[in-house]
Amino acid sequence: MVHNELPLFYVFHFYLFGVIAIASALAFVTRRSPVAAVLWLVNTMFSLAAMYVLLDAHFIGVIQVLVYAGAIMVVFLFVIMLLNLGHASEINDARGLGWKLAAGLVGLALLAQVFALTRAQVPEKLALPENTVANQVAAQGAIAPIAGPLFNQYLLAFEVTSVLLLAAVVGAVVLGKRRESAHAR
Amino acid sequence: MLAESLFFSAVLFMIGVVGVLTRRNAIIVFMCVELMLNAVNLTFVAFAQVYGVAGQVFVFFVMTVAAAEAAVGLAIIIALFRHKQTVDLSNINILKG
Repeated sequence: MVHNELPLFYVFHFYLFGVIAIASALAFVTRRSPVAAVLWLVNTMFSLAAMYVLLDAHFIGVIQVLVYAGAIMVVFLFVIMLLNLGHASEINDARGLGWKLAAGLVGLALLAQVFALTRAQVPEKLALPENTVANQVAAQGAIAPIAGPLFNQYLLAFEVTSVLLLAAVVGAVVLGKRRESAHAR
Repeated sequence: MLAESLFFSAVLFMIGVVGVLTRRNAIIVFMCVELMLNAVNLTFVAFAQVYGVAGQVFVFFVMTVAAAEAAVGLAIIIALFRHKQTVDLSNINILKG
């Protein structure tokens, strides 16, 4: 979307989806039932996809819905159901007071970083002229601006990714396979 | 929208860190890691709007790594569950002396 001065519609929806994402993430970490937690995390990922679209990353938004919400979280759900962990009452899994204090301290440190970050200035020299990405998307469509650098500048990284995926597939199969001795028992 | 995106992303990352530190269910801890990856992705996309589209390419790679990590991590959790009959991290202390 090309914009010189951000319309209220845009700003409102950006904040709306941001607040939904944070609220769902809070609900996600506080749920005791793993299934409910997964569903809240899916909600977070949907609102993040909406934010990506608002930030001119349409293709990334689609991939977020397809890969994260559609594939990765479904695998999590499968594992929860495979291991029959869906019952909330069996695992009361909040850690003790010491861990909560440590988590609170780390959280406070990260919040302090938030305020430092929001005050930071973007180096003007590096920044592109305003609306460059939006104009690119308007001119070439949503996918071509990503495909260009992906298959030219970052081709090596792209190829190495295939090795990573192969290693992951082999590793998952080896780890998930039952041992012969386990069969016998 | 850069400052707002960084704010939302940092809050999401913080929620993920707190979740990793306070929960004992291995699957929930693992999902908190995914939440942190998502928070970083939001930062990448927000910066891509200012510095050029390469940030979106990095998000692509991060998602690939996250998918690979989910596959291997869940296989590890399944193997652990077969071994210990639990995913409670406080019971998984084989390396403790």
